[in-house]
Amino acid sequence: MEEIQSLLHGFQIALSMKNVVLMFAGVILGVIIGVLPGLGGANGVAILLPLTFGMAQLPGGTTSAIILLSCIYWGALFGGAITSILFNIPGEPWSVATTFDGYPLAQNGRAGEALTAAFTSSFVGALVAVIVITFLSPIVAGFALEFGPPEFFAVYLLTFCAFIGMSKEPPFKTLASMMLGFALAAVGTDPVTGALRLTFGATSLLSGFDFLVAVIGLFGIGEILLTLEEGLAFKGASAKLNMKVVLQTWKELPKYWLTSVRSSVVGCFMGIVPGGATPASFMGYGVARRFSKDGAKFGSGMIEGVVAPETAAHAAGTSALLPMLTLGVPGSPTAAVLLGGLLIWGLQPGPLLFVEQKDFVWGLIASMYLGNIAGLIVVLTCVPLFAAILRVPFSVIAPVIIVICAIGAYTVHNAMFDVWMMIVFGVLGYAFKKLQYPLAPLVLAIVLGDRAEASFRQAMLVSQGDMAVFFSNSLVGSIAGLALFLLFWPLLSLLIAKLRRASA
Amino acid sequence: MSESPQEETGRAACRQKSAEAAAAALFFLAGALVVYDSLRLGISWAEDGPKAGYFPFYIGVIICVSALVNFVMAMRVAANRTFVEAGQLKLVLSVLVPAAVYVALISWLGIYVASVLFIAFFMRWLGKYDWWKLAAVSVGNSVFFFVIFEIWFKIPLPKGPLEALFGLN
Repeated sequence: MEEIQSLLHGFQIALSMKNVVLMFAGVILGVIIGVLPGLGGANGVAILLPLTFGMAQLPGGTTSAIILLSCIYWGALFGGAITSILFNIPGEPWSVATTFDGYPLAQNGRAGEALTAAFTSSFVGALVAVIVITFLSPIVAGFALEFGPPEFFAVYLLTFCAFIGMSKEPPFKTLASMMLGFALAAVGTDPVTGALRLTFGATSLLSGFDFLVAVIGLFGIGEILLTLEEGLAFKGASAKLNMKVVLQTWKELPKYWLTSVRSSVVGCFMGIVPGGATPASFMGYGVARRFSKDGAKFGSGMIEGVVAPETAAHAAGTSALLPMLTLGVPGSPTAAVLLGGLLIWGLQPGPLLFVEQKDFVWGLIASMYLGNIAGLIVVLTCVPLFAAILRVPFSVIAPVIIVICAIGAYTVHNAMFDVWMMIVFGVLGYAFKKLQYPLAPLVLAIVLGDRAEASFRQAMLVSQGDMAVFFSNSLVGSIAGLALFLLFWPLLSLLIAKLRRASA
Repeated sequence: MSESPQEETGRAACRQKSAEAAAAALFFLAGALVVYDSLRLGISWAEDGPKAGYFPFYIGVIICVSALVNFVMAMRVAANRTFVEAGQLKLVLSVLVPAAVYVALISWLGIYVASVLFIAFFMRWLGKYDWWKLAAVSVGNSVFFFVIFEIWFKIPLPKGPLEALFGLN
């Protein structure tokens, strides 16, 4: 078992004093970010990314930096559950499904149980996903070593087609949003020919749009504007979480093992195929309701209704890192930001990472195990503290978050232009959310646009402009075929439904 | 929504269809811009490979097509719901406008002083806090970030005349 050996070596790296401290710091920061409106996994990591530039230059620093950032992500995943259960405000989109049963439980005075169930199942979901990553990613990476430009473009195509086929939003809105991302990514100097594209003579556009600024604006400022519109009634249930409640709930949880298994499978699948944590949590909830014998009682405060979405969301959020590490294709916006971090630190995500940067990869994977344990400890012990943050009035928290976002946007390139762009992206994020244009494909397209275009052009060079190259062998052909299948899935499912109705 | 003062103004500032149409039009415009610039760069094949406009051209075309589809889809919906209520829009603008002013102030006063003014203004205007509370939160916030960025991480943020006065530039 080579993986086990590599993993043990990874634990040695992750368990250094410095990295453990960073882990806890990351998780605590992450929970705070997850609890605050307007700050979430993606933009929280984006804002803190510039702080790691210096850190990453030290020997072994990239591992420490990724441990810090990924732990912020775990923390944010945990934090979302606190606001959903206590305040009925999903701190993160993936915790919307947690409110369905979590908030009724809190209203019935069972907040402690709901929180324990949520945290524990988050942990379980993440753990399953990390085990999947441990054993599956070396295989995927080994497989991907054979990839040439056509295969890589086919994988990008698959990612983007999956978004269109699987998103809840209208397919053409997803498409429009995604293509806008590609257009934004193309702005600036063309890396191949050196020609200036879409700059229209503006010097501030020479280096293009930075996706970090886009993420901070879209998710940060946009979210604040939305929160504001939805009103600010933070009336929360109080949280009492002591060891007795925790142990009691833990005794009850094994009953729901089948729900956990189902949700973990749904979550891992949705995370690897880029569906993301949010649809995974809804699917996890839906599947549990259909299969549970108490399905009809879902929504009135069932522990099972908390277990299902939380397990799925965490499994998806964690397994989204698998394609990011092995193929360089992130499965979620936060994974995209982490990918951007890797690129900035000078690491090339993709199959070669597993060959050339063993310490980094296995240190990160080991830190996923440890970070989630750290997360569970932190959230179980500090809930009242984090809940108190939400009692700070909006008129205090909102300007502070805007200031944090502005600092984050500025530090990306030390440019005021980026701070202005942040405001523009904020308005865009608000309008997109209201009009049901999804944000995740936009962000992913901005991150991956250049790389997707490069592999497309290389593939075209190889084939001298013949599109048939994407079906030239069984490997690239099956990836491209699967991509097209997912792309036309909304149409197919519509057709199937029509045929059924016609025959009925 | 019980805490918002403009609760009773349920008047629509904008209807769903107009908003959808505006969005589709803007998308179409963006797509057309991309197509236009790609045509300028050349969308065909040069001796050494595809020209710079080769890939973006198709992106622009897809944006235009999907904008048209979205426009048609939005118009086919019978009901024209309220998109934004006047009261909601007012609340949103009450954050957006000060935020824009704040960004303008950063270039002039530096981020630390601008942040103090912004937070104090916000707390006074929307929260009606006492002066000493405003001062504590807004100044405390800037001092906190000054210590983190300038001293701890050594990342310089924009500074203005006040910092120059203390020789902190």
